Amino acid sequence: MIKQIASLGLAAALSLAAAGLSRAEDAHETPKPPEQKWSFSGPFGTFDRAQLQRGFQVYREVCSNCHSLSIPFRTLAEPGGPEFTQAQVKALAAEYKVKDGPNDAGEMFERPALPSDKIPYAFDNPQAAAAAIGAYPPPMRVLAKARTYERGFPLFLWDIVTQYQEQGQDYIYAILNGYEEPPAGVTIDPGLNYNKYMPGHKIAMAKPLSDDQVTYADGSPQTVDQYARDVVSFLSWAADPTLEERKRIGLRVMIFLGVFFVLLLYVKKKLWSEYDARVGIPAH
Amino acid sequence: MTQEQPTRRDFIYIATGAMGAVGVASFAWPLISQMSPDKSTLAAGAAAEFDLSKIAEGQVIVIKWRGAPYFIRHRTADEIKAAKANDAKVVLDKYLGKDDARVKPFENKLQDQWIVVAANCTHLGCVPTSNAGEFGGWYCPCHGSQYDNAGRVMRGPAPYNLGVPQYSFVSAEKINIFGEATRG
Amino acid sequence: MSGHTTYVPSNKAARWFNDRLPILGMAHEFLTFPTPRNLNYFWTFGGILTVMLVMQIITGIILAMHYVADTKLAFDSVQAIKRDVNFGWLIQTMHANGATMFFIAVYIHMFRGLYFGSYKQPREVLWILGVIILLLMMATAFMGYVLPFGQMSGWGATVITNFFTAIPVVGSDLLVWLRGGYTIDQATLNRFFSLHYLLPFMIFGVVVLHVWALHAVGNNNPTGVSVKSDKDTVPFHPYMTVKDSVGLVGFALFFALFIFYMPDYFGEADNYVEFNSLKTPAHIKPEWYFLPFYAILRAIPFTLFGLPATLYGLIAMFGSIAILAFLPWLDTSKVRSTSYRPAYKIFFALFVLTCLILGYCGSQPTDKEVLRVGSKVVLDMTGLAQIFTAYYFLHFLVVLPLLGLFEKPLKLPASIADSVLDSIRPGHGLPTGAHAEPQTKG
Repeated sequence: MIKQIASLGLAAALSLAAAGLSRAEDAHETPKPPEQKWSFSGPFGTFDRAQLQRGFQVYREVCSNCHSLSIPFRTLAEPGGPEFTQAQVKALAAEYKVKDGPNDAGEMFERPALPSDKIPYAFDNPQAAAAAIGAYPPPMRVLAKARTYERGFPLFLWDIVTQYQEQGQDYIYAILNGYEEPPAGVTIDPGLNYNKYMPGHKIAMAKPLSDDQVTYADGSPQTVDQYARDVVSFLSWAADPTLEERKRIGLRVMIFLGVFFVLLLYVKKKLWSEYDARVGIPAH
Repeated sequence: MTQEQPTRRDFIYIATGAMGAVGVASFAWPLISQMSPDKSTLAAGAAAEFDLSKIAEGQVIVIKWRGAPYFIRHRTADEIKAAKANDAKVVLDKYLGKDDARVKPFENKLQDQWIVVAANCTHLGCVPTSNAGEFGGWYCPCHGSQYDNAGRVMRGPAPYNLGVPQYSFVSAEKINIFGEATRG
Repeated sequence: MSGHTTYVPSNKAARWFNDRLPILGMAHEFLTFPTPRNLNYFWTFGGILTVMLVMQIITGIILAMHYVADTKLAFDSVQAIKRDVNFGWLIQTMHANGATMFFIAVYIHMFRGLYFGSYKQPREVLWILGVIILLLMMATAFMGYVLPFGQMSGWGATVITNFFTAIPVVGSDLLVWLRGGYTIDQATLNRFFSLHYLLPFMIFGVVVLHVWALHAVGNNNPTGVSVKSDKDTVPFHPYMTVKDSVGLVGFALFFALFIFYMPDYFGEADNYVEFNSLKTPAHIKPEWYFLPFYAILRAIPFTLFGLPATLYGLIAMFGSIAILAFLPWLDTSKVRSTSYRPAYKIFFALFVLTCLILGYCGSQPTDKEVLRVGSKVVLDMTGLAQIFTAYYFLHFLVVLPLLGLFEKPLKLPASIADSVLDSIRPGHGLPTGAHAEPQTKG
């Protein structure tokens, strides 16, 4: 049975590989985003606090002008994230105004934001954003998980072994670094921009980052590459704030189940061999 | 060998069974824990400030904190006098029974004019009617409990005085409520 | 469960109770149930599935405590579950990945049944109940996938419900009735939520019947030879309970790997974008466990009697599942286990391959090229899907009925006990004829 399944698998793999090969010819296809190194990848990866704080700074100074984030301020102080202090978060929130109400007079009013409030969006609603910018920029809360690129067969199976799951991150990083002059013969409509990694190469967003645009307090390099790494790390946390807790608990669960499995296997063998001895089946 | 074998075997059986039990129990914990308030509820229940400046003397208002109602009463001089005189008649619940214990200080001076109490009758949680009943305080429409103007229960069935939340004066006319009423 | 048992509890109180509700007798029947002693680890998937069903129901009930079935709030409420609810990330990811694991386990369970002939006489009803469970599971999973209300949720529901328009005369009315509106909207979400909550309990009910039927006819086993004496069996407890536990914990390890380390592996990136009824994602495709059926759905090219191709696609898709119910009568071979059917082994392998390739076709755009000769595309995804859809049906309608008549099976072992002994010492003084496939013995 095992042998059959193995040979079946092999046959299936070969035939699918053949199917996969014949499509690699499309020369105009968008190049796949190169795989980057991320501090939070792999079974033991965690976020780099300083990097998340810088990433938030980039989001705040650049991205937030167009993209919503809609996570509460308080999460910036929660464990497993940028871990700003409670006081920092309170002060940060107080810099923003949020709509509240109605008050006793039946009117909506503005008040300083509290840590429990969501980070307010620069526009009242998607339509207002679209009217002002030309298109509604995608919300950024789960953007790192909402973007991907096709891994294809058999890479997607190999990904289980390598635990590669940063397609979204690599894609966003590639887009941020993928602005180029269009190649000869390619015309780009006004309002659109050429990007090497965008499917179809046409992207509405103008190049958002340039060197020295954001001033870092900790002396990290002020380059597009560094900004992109930082903001993508920040977006990864925003999309998956329980990543560290998940992996921490996961390790304990895996060890527990592993030990339990071995014990059960031992008990099973013992019970069965005792039974075999009793009914007179030779040991094997 | 024959003596030792079953002992070790039994130990492993028991260890395996125990491990299974531990596994089930630790899996049950998240399933139980998920019912307690989530992070957004806890954050929304953080300390909050309330402005007293718009409450006229003799007026009682209801505010909402953590989704629950609280009375704020701005007492007149007469009401304060009546309440202080009432101290001796409080017999049903002696906890925070003295009027002085039911007000908070600002700059070392008790703010006798401000009474802040939970607006749920200590009997079964109805919201009492303000300025009603025989004691110039509150009258609960559900089962007839009566409170004086400091929220002390004067007639049952309510067993306790109205709870005084944990709060402090931020300024002369602004309070910060930071905790629910506790007993002892 | 099989009704009358002679069990009498020794404890007086237990006897009193058992006389009034013979549930202790039933438990006793379960624990002592004679089980073929040569069951391999593929047989532990029945137990695994039972646990998975209970797990899905428990996590589902919990999620329903926090989920909001409102088109404007559903997407955010799932995010709130993952971020704010205590252990919500764990429970949500267990439920979402649980669906995938459920299907992995059910497909292994089914292919085990197919390989070892577990559908044959006297287990026909047991098998048909299994097919009903599969159908109910598919409906449950489909509706559950709509609830997070991401792009894949909304567009998957749009596309699949649209197939009903292919039904002649009443199609478009049926569509509006099904959706409770003109598009996937509030009414659709609400009813899918309600039904998604109901169906698992119906599955549970059919599972009870499935287990009942199992206890009436007894387990099949890797040799396919019926139980002949006590030597062939072991009591279910502790021998099979401990073996099932090994299988279950092994499966849990596999499950935990995805829950804790790759929670989005089986998910779709597009479902992290809130449903927008004005913008379809570039590639929409169902979850992996529907892909072979989706490929069959799209494979039918012809219009006939003035009816659209999609109608025939729909018939083919439902037919591909319904045909399983007729399997006990389509397979004419008297031999249950494929281990003793050398010719069928090849066709079985071909059938597994067919399912895998159909799955691949379902995941790809229909016009994607597969084979090119010179500058001419001779085969695209639709073509590939058509070839293997044809084999899927040929397998059931031609291969299985005919093969049983012409195939010369290997000689079966005299009994289960003999086959066990033979696997320990090959040629153990038994006229087994040819070498039996060595059983995967735990």
